[in-house]
Amino acid sequence: MKDNKLKLVISHSPHVHANNSVKKIMYLVILALIPELLVSFAYFGLGALIVTLTSIASAVFFEWFIQKFMMKKKPTISDGSAIITGLLLAFNVPSNLPIWMVIVGALVAIGIGKMTFGGLGNNLFNPALVGRVFLLISFPVAMTSWPTPGGQNLTAYTDAVTGATPLGVIKEGIKNGETIPQLMDKIPDYWNMFLGHMGGSLGEISALALLLGGLFLIWKKIINWQIPVSIIVTVAVFAGILHAADPNKYADPLFHLLTGGLMLGSFFMATDMVTSPMTPKGMTIFGIGIGILVVTIRVWGAYPEGMSFAILIMNAFVPLINMYSKPKLYGEVKRNGK
Amino acid sequence: MVALKTFKKGGVHPADNKFSADKPFVKAPLPKMAIIHVTQHLGAPAKVLVKKGDKVKTGQLIAEASGFISANIHSSVTGKVMKIDNAIDASGYKKTAIFIRTDKEEVWEDGIDTSEDLVKDIPYSPQEIVEKVKKAGVVGMGGATFPTNVKLTPPPGKKAEYLIINGVECEPYLTVDHRTMLEKGHELMVGTKILMKALGVNQAIIGIENNKPDAIEYLTKISKEYEGISIQPLKMKYPQGGEKQLINAILGREVPSGGLPIDVGAVVQNVGTTVAVYKAVQKNMPLIERTVTVSGTNFSNPSNYIVRIGTPIKDLVEFAGGVPENTGKIIAGGPMTGKALSSLDAPIQKGTSGVIFFPDEAAHRKPYQDCIRCAKCVSVCPSGLEPYLLMTVTEKQMYDVARKNHITDCIECGSCSFICPTYRPLLDYIRLGKKTVMDQIRAERAQKQKK
Repeated sequence: MKDNKLKLVISHSPHVHANNSVKKIMYLVILALIPELLVSFAYFGLGALIVTLTSIASAVFFEWFIQKFMMKKKPTISDGSAIITGLLLAFNVPSNLPIWMVIVGALVAIGIGKMTFGGLGNNLFNPALVGRVFLLISFPVAMTSWPTPGGQNLTAYTDAVTGATPLGVIKEGIKNGETIPQLMDKIPDYWNMFLGHMGGSLGEISALALLLGGLFLIWKKIINWQIPVSIIVTVAVFAGILHAADPNKYADPLFHLLTGGLMLGSFFMATDMVTSPMTPKGMTIFGIGIGILVVTIRVWGAYPEGMSFAILIMNAFVPLINMYSKPKLYGEVKRNGK
Repeated sequence: MVALKTFKKGGVHPADNKFSADKPFVKAPLPKMAIIHVTQHLGAPAKVLVKKGDKVKTGQLIAEASGFISANIHSSVTGKVMKIDNAIDASGYKKTAIFIRTDKEEVWEDGIDTSEDLVKDIPYSPQEIVEKVKKAGVVGMGGATFPTNVKLTPPPGKKAEYLIINGVECEPYLTVDHRTMLEKGHELMVGTKILMKALGVNQAIIGIENNKPDAIEYLTKISKEYEGISIQPLKMKYPQGGEKQLINAILGREVPSGGLPIDVGAVVQNVGTTVAVYKAVQKNMPLIERTVTVSGTNFSNPSNYIVRIGTPIKDLVEFAGGVPENTGKIIAGGPMTGKALSSLDAPIQKGTSGVIFFPDEAAHRKPYQDCIRCAKCVSVCPSGLEPYLLMTVTEKQMYDVARKNHITDCIECGSCSFICPTYRPLLDYIRLGKKTVMDQIRAERAQKQKK
């Protein structure tokens, strides 16, 4: 203290803070993704490792590069958001995707999906999904050849043995005039699907591991339950109605819930804070929209899977949803207060 | 044990840090020079009645209420008026104050009962009670400093059903209401009866958060001697001490947007205010002293004091043990709504409930980043607002949008800024926007009246 004089900081209240931070939120999300990551390593081995590391490293690099040299501001890569984008992009691609394609995907995710909008907080669309859909449209063959889990694939990468996903089997089979009961014999049983023993993108296979991570995030209040629950309920109801109408043509609700990116999307992609609505009411509308779109695309669309498209389409509706789903004001009551 | 209640919408849980909860009140010494502002309450400044050179007694009226919403000011010491001049207060602004140099011997104004004896009988009519409260210059001592007599005079056509006594003290660090409930329980009860009589209600409920189990237990025990008074334990949540939140917690009612508690039949008074009412009515004692917590994480001697109004904070701090090393910020009031002091020359006023030290490392705000739209501010807002949106539209000066989104319903509790993971100064901007919109509304009203 100079001259024995107090130097006091003047600021407005509040003077205390909860001390949560973007960093804490992001690292909790990463932690919640670990169980599924371990399942991926166990089922897809080396390929999963290479794709995940490449994706994370390139996402972080591109964010740093763009912030430093193009936006000319202090890079914020330590907040962990680029790591999550990289990790989620990896979760949304097959484990045999060539390294260069992964890098292109990360560039699109970070560069176009995030930084063109101004960086974290300003992007309209989920960056990882922007990268994923770009890859799917640009390299449809590489993006839809799915390594089969386990076996010799544990040490293989681009040379992995591939097979169709359950969703692909059903889509193709229905087109060829087969019925659902016949097709059910060609795919793993539901218990194996729940554990993750099926083909698919490297981070979407185990509903169990994703549920664990998702419930952890709900418990930690990082995500609200409204989005995942409304997606899952909508999908179950919509698919259930279709299945009841014609069980030979439409798969049952459980099949839809366990396959494709539904669990990953519901708990980790649709719940992205930046690109989802601000109120529980809005989140529910958002989730119902995703649920309807994903079943529609899966059943009647050109692609066997529609989670990415469903989320991206609903992302575009978020500003509109926010306008029409205001929180209920305290005191918005009749004059007697009841 | 009664089931715990709390308000429904929003709220946060700051660390409560009530270090001084078990420290009984200590009387602080009289100041050598009392600095008594004429603007210690919400409303119009009081009109000065004394001049330089006047001798004044303790409890003597030295400035009188000017207008309906205003309050009398009394000398808190015996001595000589040295000057009437501008002096800094907790807000950092210089405002008119009366400087009184204290004499060695204290002489009280006639008619004031300075004894500690409990007087239970209330022989006064409601009008007489309101008049006595007004005369004594009692204002809300929880921090809002709204003149109490005005609250006891409901507008025509409105009738109070319940009196709610606010013993929540949801601000971290502060423990004066807690200690008052423990040490002045009977005075509080008689004060409550006085307020009930003034309002013509048969039911009073004292709301206390469950971090003060000793106060809940003690008051529950003695409340049996006083008809119509009950204790309601509440689950801890900030800002439960806000009038609208407390009414919602206890009665389950919501005060209409833009309305007053009386619209749902409730009047809320703070614990300290209630004891001041007791003293004003039963003892003719004007509001010349108040309770103050001096505390802080880096402060070795967190305590509660009874301090004469006008005592420079410097004097109180010195008596309490001095400013701790490494202090970077000093707050008058609690850390959620209090004011950061620019100078310790500012005096204790009717609304100053605490002096809290912050070490330098906790004194600075962290740099803020872009909003990540996590919606935490929306979920914690007790008014049901969208703070992220209100800040943005204020930044862009889109005041019409701010008004449409009910910016004037903000109670400035600070929960949004407290919770924001990107450290955005949400409340700073919302205050700015709210003030601008309020000014617009007032201007429109004035225009209408002209026509």
